[in-house]
Formats: sequence, structure tokens, C-alpha cells
Amino acid sequence: MKAASFAYLRPADLDSALDALAEHGEEAKVLAGGQSLVPMLNLRLARPGVLVDINRIGLDEIALDGDVLVLGGLVRHVALERDPVVAREAPLLARAAPLIGHAAIRNRGTVAGSLAHADPAAELGAVALALDAVVVARSAGGERAIPATELFESPFSTTLRPDELITAVRFPRHGSWACAYQEMAIRAGDFAVAGAAVVLRLADGERVGEARIALSGVAGVPVRATEAEAVLTGAPLDEEHVAAAARAAADAARPSGDVHGSADYRRHLAGVLTRRALLDAARGGP
Amino acid sequence: MTWATTAGMGPPTIATGHEGMLTEFVVNGRPVQLRLDPRRHLADVLRQDLGLVATHLGCEHGVCGSCTVRVDGDLVRSCLMLGVQADGTRVETVEGLAGPDHLHPVQQGFAREHGLQCGFCTPGFLMATLDLLERTPHPTDEEIREHLSGNICRCTGYVNIVKAVRWAAEHMPAGDDG
Repeated sequence: MKAASFAYLRPADLDSALDALAEHGEEAKVLAGGQSLVPMLNLRLARPGVLVDINRIGLDEIALDGDVLVLGGLVRHVALERDPVVAREAPLLARAAPLIGHAAIRNRGTVAGSLAHADPAAELGAVALALDAVVVARSAGGERAIPATELFESPFSTTLRPDELITAVRFPRHGSWACAYQEMAIRAGDFAVAGAAVVLRLADGERVGEARIALSGVAGVPVRATEAEAVLTGAPLDEEHVAAAARAAADAARPSGDVHGSADYRRHLAGVLTRRALLDAARGGP
Repeated sequence: MTWATTAGMGPPTIATGHEGMLTEFVVNGRPVQLRLDPRRHLADVLRQDLGLVATHLGCEHGVCGSCTVRVDGDLVRSCLMLGVQADGTRVETVEGLAGPDHLHPVQQGFAREHGLQCGFCTPGFLMATLDLLERTPHPTDEEIREHLSGNICRCTGYVNIVKAVRWAAEHMPAGDDG
């Protein structure tokens, strides 16, 4: 299939992009990396009247702002794999990045684009939720900060307005925390059936000071496993507590089944992947 | 408002199917200038407008990897990039690999180790292999499999493809950047 016709706008700066979105609103789609949108165009699952290509408006910087790592709205997945600041200050991003699609996908796809696309199985949704990331959305009318907890509405749907563009994503620095991402995909690089992001602050070596666990692919949106976090907080990271946290994570899952896995299987994966991610994080592994 | 301006089209840069959008890029070292309907992806532009039909289109929605080329030195699925987005870039396709009287070591590896049967997926594999060996001249089998994981082959079972990449790694000229 070939994409249907659309008007193509290629603004050269942010203000022009926001003006274009203000003008064309509902009928416009933002083209960032295009790794989800262009397949939808080719398959005619999406038929926007206007495409606003933001690839030439900058926004590709990675910077530190106090306790926050700020990724510009056009930072691509490949940068998460290669950037030494990301590896040092936001290691969960660096660990999840190689699991996103394949090399050619990561060269084009963007972090903000993945969040805006809101595929419930996407790695970055769970990562953003686990880290309490904040999305900075701008429109011609102004700017607002959307916490990750308030971004995802339903599968492929967010609280972003049609005239808004994600100009940055703010991830709290967590270089001294233990973290890991685990997922189960039918084929390496495919969208995962389910995944688990784990971030742990170890208080006195063995005991967990604070735990953050987020799951992908087990509900219509990425979910925090708050009960599992509570099980671990203040507890040693031993077999008993890891198993209890895994059970609580499975209980947090609200999956529906599809061709890639039944609801029961996804719930099972939520527990297994949480356990694996906790053990990985404890070992300081991937 | 500031718009990207391209020669021959006044601002704003808006193009519809009828007028086309002037697009200039360099493909395999050759500068090209085209007027493109923005809805057409780069793979179709390469194949239909430039006659570079060695880039194959398998699934046309970013799953199979057959259409993999390089844009500004990075692997890209050319079915997931619009032709107009190539404006100002440097595109490499599999046609650029061989010299006038010899195959590129990557191509030789696939031929010698039977890294293909029907050959449909091979252009994408060759470009992904080139990219791997330029970044990682001596990859492990795991690195080979990881870097080629975005390319699907329905004939070989991949074992001979991994052997082909190993052969190419041993025969890439030192410092060759393609």
C-alpha cells in the first residue's frame, strides 16, 4: 500500500511548527522519526490531511538541568544507546534503548514520538512511568508540563492536544540507583508482549530504600506496580521479597489477550519479568 | 514565520501531489535533483525515479528490512522515510557497494558462504552488514545476530548469513569506510 495524499509542511523552527499545528489542529499529524506513523500512512490506517515534519526544527540536545536529564523533543533512540551522559545519569534509558525495535528503527525513532504514540507495549512508556518523567508540551498558546502518570489515556491515546508538540522529556537523574528493564518479545526487536522497568535505591547495601516498578503490555496503558513497590520498600532484596513483589506485580496487571498472548500469559509475564528485572538490578546487570 | 526554503519553491515549503517538491540529495556519490510528491517513500523514489531497483520492498511497513539503505551514514528503512525527507542528505544503496570489476567483500562473503537463496532480502542484509563491519570490524556472532535482527530472511535460516558476515569481516580492507 502507498500513503494517501497529504499536504507536507516542513517548518524550519519551533514557532513555525507550532503555528502549523495551531492552524491545522485536528487534521494534522506530527512527523518525527516516522517509525510508527509512516507504517500507518503506508497501510492507510492514518490519513492525515497535513503532515508537519519537525525533523528540521532542532530540539535534539541532551542536557542536564539540576537533578533532571532533559531530552529534546527530537532526540532519537540511538542517542540513548551511545550518549555517555545518558549512560551515567539515566542508566535505565540506556538499558531499555537496545530493546527498542532494531538498529535502523532506533536511528530514526524518537523518544518523544514513542511517548506520544502511546503503544502500551513500548519500552519508553514504562520507563517514563517508573522514573516519574515529565513531558514538556508546547503549543502556540503556551507550555505545560505533563507528568508521565497523566500522559497515557488509553492505547495509542494521550492527553496531548492536537496543537501541542512535545519539546522535551525530563527524566530525573538516577545514576546512583540500581535499575533494569526486562521484556518478552516473540522475536528480538519486535514489540514486546510485556515488559518490566525497575528502579531501586538501595539504602544500606542490602535493604531497599525506594522501589519503582512499571509494566508495559499488561494493560491499555503502562502501569505502576505500586503494591509491588510497597512490598520491597524497607525490605531486603532477598528471594522471599522478590517473589512477593513479583506476585504483587502480576496482580497489578490488567491485561487483555490478543494473538501474541492471552490475558493469563501476560499476567504471568508481569510477575516473571518483574522478578528478572529485580534480580538484574540487584546484580547491576542489564 | 520561517520555513525551509528549497531552490525553485518560494516559502512556505508546502507541497501537494500536483506540483511536487524539489528535492536534492546525493545517492552513491551522484547528486540528483527530483520533484517529488511528498507521500512517496524513499524506496519508491530510489526504485522508480532513479532506477536503483536493487533496493527491494518486502513488507512496506518497516518489518522486513529488505529496503534498508543508509542515509547520512545511518541505517534507515527506506519505506519508512519520505523521499522529500532525503533532501540534503547522502544516501547509500547496495548499488554503491561493488567496484567496476570486483564485488565488495560483503557481497563476496554472501556469495561464498551461501548467505542467500532467493536473494530478495539480500540487499538489506548487505547494507546492514556493511554498517556493522564499519562500526565493529571484528564482531562476535552475538553482535552479528543483533545488528542483523531487523532483517528477515525466509530461506537461509541465518546460519550461512552469519558465516558470510564472518567471512566479510576477515576480508574487509583495513580502514575501508565503504
